Amino acid sequence: MLWAMLQGTFTSLEVFFLTLLFSIPLALPIAFGRMSKNRAVSGFVNVYLLIMRGTPLILQLIFVYFAPYYLLGVSYDRFIAVIIAFVINYAAYFAEIYRGGIESIPKGQYEAAKVLGFTKRQTFMKIVLPQVVKRILPSSANEVITLVKDTALAQTIGVAELFRVAQNASARQFSTMPIFVAGVFYFAMNWVVSAGFDHAEKKLSYYR
Amino acid sequence: MEIIKVEHLSKSFGSLEVIRDISFSVMRGEVLAIIGPSGSGKSTLLRSVTHLEKVDGGTVWIDGIAMVDGGKYAEPATLRSICLKIGLVFQNFNLFPHFSVLRNISEAQVHVLGRSRAEADERSYRLLSKMGLADKADSYPCELSGGQQQRVSIARALALDPEVLFFDEPTSALDPELTGEILKVIRELAAEKMTMVIVTHEMAFARDVADRVIFMDGGVIIEEGKATEVIRNPKNDRTRAFLKRFSE
Repeated sequence: MLWAMLQGTFTSLEVFFLTLLFSIPLALPIAFGRMSKNRAVSGFVNVYLLIMRGTPLILQLIFVYFAPYYLLGVSYDRFIAVIIAFVINYAAYFAEIYRGGIESIPKGQYEAAKVLGFTKRQTFMKIVLPQVVKRILPSSANEVITLVKDTALAQTIGVAELFRVAQNASARQFSTMPIFVAGVFYFAMNWVVSAGFDHAEKKLSYYR
Repeated sequence: MEIIKVEHLSKSFGSLEVIRDISFSVMRGEVLAIIGPSGSGKSTLLRSVTHLEKVDGGTVWIDGIAMVDGGKYAEPATLRSICLKIGLVFQNFNLFPHFSVLRNISEAQVHVLGRSRAEADERSYRLLSKMGLADKADSYPCELSGGQQQRVSIARALALDPEVLFFDEPTSALDPELTGEILKVIRELAAEKMTMVIVTHEMAFARDVADRVIFMDGGVIIEEGKATEVIRNPKNDRTRAFLKRFSE
């Protein structure tokens, strides 16, 4: 049982890391789109954010996996569908966190950078972004912790992650024990995530 | 010789005219103080000349090159090279909180002027000792007093060797005790013939340090002249009324 659960954990971790790997960078252009002065761009991004944040992730998973089949008659790998659904969903949340962080940087920082001759790109990369990272760490920690638990939704379209494996084991053994063991697994993973974020926050606490 | 020449500058925020047809110039090596009540447009004037606000009309020449000509701005490349000739010290410092004091001063030297890190740091150290902050190079802005932060920001502006240094109410965010240390630094710079334009509420300081004073109200220049004359015997009634409150 434990071996199967470790395998399930591995699948959960795959979903977790791949989602972070793609959604964290993808959220940046989305945040910029949301802040764009171009009404078409910001309007489009706004609709995307409304849908992503306004409907259940479980429904989005089903849609991403089944819609191509019903609309175009093509089917594809379930695991890839999970990653796509998670990435576009989490990118929406991260984008809003980034936007909050970027907009919280005082105007004076941009003005000082401009007067000193920094280009817009340099200003963002060297002056704004490092400060944004510090400011969004606590809210990002929330999101990442939620992601660990959300990976359990991957089973909806048939990807056997930790929770599904635990449920199967539980059904076979007529015992709820495997599910509690899975709970301990999630708890342990999030303990590591929290510790990681605490460490990062401490590292960045050298300035206010 | 003129380093800054402004003609018929105008700027509105919506329907509010903040600067109305203002013309003035700044000579090389001169210290010009701009005084006036809050809302008179003096800060906006300074921010317009330093390209932080977009003007609606008028012309600004910096070192003989037009930054804006008849309300039309120069090419981005020209603007960048012009802006390198000017430095600005803000009311609330605007230091970069995530950089050490040294890096605050060195960063633009490296990434804008293309100096080597060693060369930039050496220049930064020299400026810091000039500002009496040699021991603060590795501190972070949040660890410094307001007066120290403002001195760092002056060093940061000087590090790029500007032709003109603008000050936007450099002591307004400081308590009176710390104001003195900033005024002392500006006095030293004046003695070195640094060209400076200072928006200030410190009348005594403007009188003692500035060569010329401009008094602004309602978006226009009311009176302009030698610092001692404008501040000791203003000719205009409005200037007199404003300065009266300070002489008591």
